[in-house]
Amino acid sequence: MSRAATFERGIHPEESKELTAHKPVVTAPLPARVIIPLSQHAGAPAKAEVAIGDTVKKYQLIGSPQGFVSAPVHASISGKVTAISEFPHPSGRLVPSIVIESDGLDEGLPLTDNKDYMDLDADRIKALVKEAGIVGLGGAAFPTSVKLSPPKEKPIDTVIINGAECEPYLTADHRLMVEKPQEIVNGLKLLMKSVGVKKGYIGIEKNKPDAIDIMQKAVSGESNIEVIPLTVKYPQGAEKMLIKAVKGREVPSRGLPMDVGCVVQNVGTALAVYEAVRFGKPLIERVVTVTGNGVREPKNILARIGTRISELLDLSGGLVDSAVKVISGGPMMGFAQWSLDVPVIKGMSGLLVLTESEYVSSEEYFACIRCGRCVDVCPIGLNPSMLSILAEKGHYEEAKDYNLFDCFECGSCAFVCPAKRPMVQFMRLAKSQVKP
Amino acid sequence: MSTEAKTHPLVVSVSPHVRGEESISKIMWTVNFALLPAFIMSVYYFGPRALYVTGLCILTAVLSEHIYQKALNKKVTSNDGSAFLTGLLLGMNLPSGIPFYIPVTGSFVAVVITKMLFGGLGYNIFNPALIGRAFLLITWPKLMTKWPMPTANFLEMDAKTTATPLGLLKEEGLAKLIEHFGDKAALYKSLLFGSTAGSLGETSAIALLLGAAILLYKRYITWHIPFSFLGTVALAAWIFGGKEGLFTGDPVIHLLSGGLILGAFFMATDYVTCPTIRKGQLIFGVGCGAITMLIRLKGGFPEGVMFAILLMNCFAPLIDRNVRPKQFGAVKAVKEVKK
Ligand code: SF4
Ligand code: SF4
Repeated sequence: MSRAATFERGIHPEESKELTAHKPVVTAPLPARVIIPLSQHAGAPAKAEVAIGDTVKKYQLIGSPQGFVSAPVHASISGKVTAISEFPHPSGRLVPSIVIESDGLDEGLPLTDNKDYMDLDADRIKALVKEAGIVGLGGAAFPTSVKLSPPKEKPIDTVIINGAECEPYLTADHRLMVEKPQEIVNGLKLLMKSVGVKKGYIGIEKNKPDAIDIMQKAVSGESNIEVIPLTVKYPQGAEKMLIKAVKGREVPSRGLPMDVGCVVQNVGTALAVYEAVRFGKPLIERVVTVTGNGVREPKNILARIGTRISELLDLSGGLVDSAVKVISGGPMMGFAQWSLDVPVIKGMSGLLVLTESEYVSSEEYFACIRCGRCVDVCPIGLNPSMLSILAEKGHYEEAKDYNLFDCFECGSCAFVCPAKRPMVQFMRLAKSQVKP
Repeated sequence: MSTEAKTHPLVVSVSPHVRGEESISKIMWTVNFALLPAFIMSVYYFGPRALYVTGLCILTAVLSEHIYQKALNKKVTSNDGSAFLTGLLLGMNLPSGIPFYIPVTGSFVAVVITKMLFGGLGYNIFNPALIGRAFLLITWPKLMTKWPMPTANFLEMDAKTTATPLGLLKEEGLAKLIEHFGDKAALYKSLLFGSTAGSLGETSAIALLLGAAILLYKRYITWHIPFSFLGTVALAAWIFGGKEGLFTGDPVIHLLSGGLILGAFFMATDYVTCPTIRKGQLIFGVGCGAITMLIRLKGGFPEGVMFAILLMNCFAPLIDRNVRPKQFGAVKAVKEVKK
């Protein structure tokens, strides 16, 4: 483990992973009701395939994809559809969703174990991944089948499994690697086969030595898969940074991983691919790290998609009195929630509860003192100071000349800013005002 | 508490939800602290007058910022350490034997005219303390260049005034300057420890360097500006500074004397008025060094640090617009991909 790969710049926020890093994943009890949004992925929302009053079984398709960049959704419990309407979504918006009341039986459509799953051809693997509704489980929730179908002129030679989990607090991927290493490796092999590449990598930050060990053992028989220990640095798990660390390639400005021949998939996604291809199992559950000083007993919980987050919080001992903020995802890029009735969705990697004393106000901020800290940390090499000033003054077009659209809102600049400027807000504001 | 019982609303705000430790006031107070060794040395050499002059500067700076912000109903930030720092820096740039209205006027010009009227901290173009000093130098040239001899003996205070080492160097040449101190080693030693004539804070190089080390260690400043500044001065002094032709100059005298150390580590590095991008800071530092030496060797004043920094302040926005950090993915071609 001497070699540790990384990228330039970045930050070192406190890791705070000890709350859950060594807690095995527990399975949440069957929810009485689930709210399944038809949009849990980047791209077009799915179309409802059931009506109010229908009875559904677990794994049953209830929403079909609309268009190429979209994904189907499936029932995560058995029971009866009681509502199809707009419900609060972790993104903060209201999203058309299907509500299923449980019949308590948890009866599923039959799954079959295809022992010869490794012999399936690329197209079959892609089709199974698509049918299972798999999206990137790291947070961005981009439909996986789309990533596996790059245009002809973009040859792919590398698949990288993202086990960096660089967001503080989150340990869902860490636990998966420790508990299901073989399944993840098989998922990686299927991904490699689906895009026809010979070389696979698993990138893991060095703050997870147990995961690195276990994954290294799991790939010991695989000559074409390598585990790459990564420097602990945020945002190491961003696709572009991960590719740079593992392969030394820089995704061009405004480009995608496929522009440098890479496909990046999250650890959880690899596991879901394995389960989908071998058993035909749709994506109806995921591991969520429920953590922070705002919950009594932080845990890693395997929860059905559609479970209200209040149930997961209660399962973790409930909120402490001083809890003020509930975040879907990690502290750097997660979304603060205004309702505890929002459901677990495919892209929800964690629920972080912060207490009053940890809460940082972004209301009071100062003029940029041009200290240059943000420039020193921006992983993309932008000038966040300049961008924030231009956005503040309303010079959005000019912000574009400073490569505004290469900013992926990682928040590193805001983290280090001594003037406490709401940098990400400025970036989003500017982006919303000009055409890319 | 179960989530059902959770009644008070949750806070919703933009990411990131955690922030680093640094704040403007933490930075400013640390810089003030880093100037403490030099300030103590100035009191040691110039006695209570050092305290008096610097104290007046600080008091005026903080008070005028406070009153200005109160009067105009602005957010009051006078305790963030930045007005204090402006006062302290101005004080360290003044001679000790001046009447009270000089520090008061200088501080007022520095804080109200140079900083507040431009919109407050972050919006000012020029280093406030330096504008304050430039104003004083132009308004009261005589008083501002009367340099009392430093002495650790308070009774002799204000007894005599003398020229600064750079002044001597300019007027009478290196040989005379060395003669004045005995030998070269004695001259260097005096410059290093501060027992030479000069403004309050510019005399003791070693105390200033100690403070600079703190700032470098804490990464409140980076090496880019001070080292390019000092490097350019040393190089120019060596090449052009000698009387016997090129490459005969003495860089050490130029490095240790005048306000160079104070300027390079504490004033040119002022965040607001220097470039934001490190590459640009190198240009800025070299510019400061070149102008300093131009003034010292060819100009009418013995010292050029102040004007050099002020001049380069004008260029900082221009530099920032034209120098870009190394952008990720600037490479276009995708060569490596092989099937
Ligand atoms: S970190 Fe904040 S204060 Fe410093 S340059 Fe960037 S935006 Fe300005
Ligand atoms: S949020 Fe954007 S500008 Fe700020 S550090 Fe991240 S990529 Fe750079």
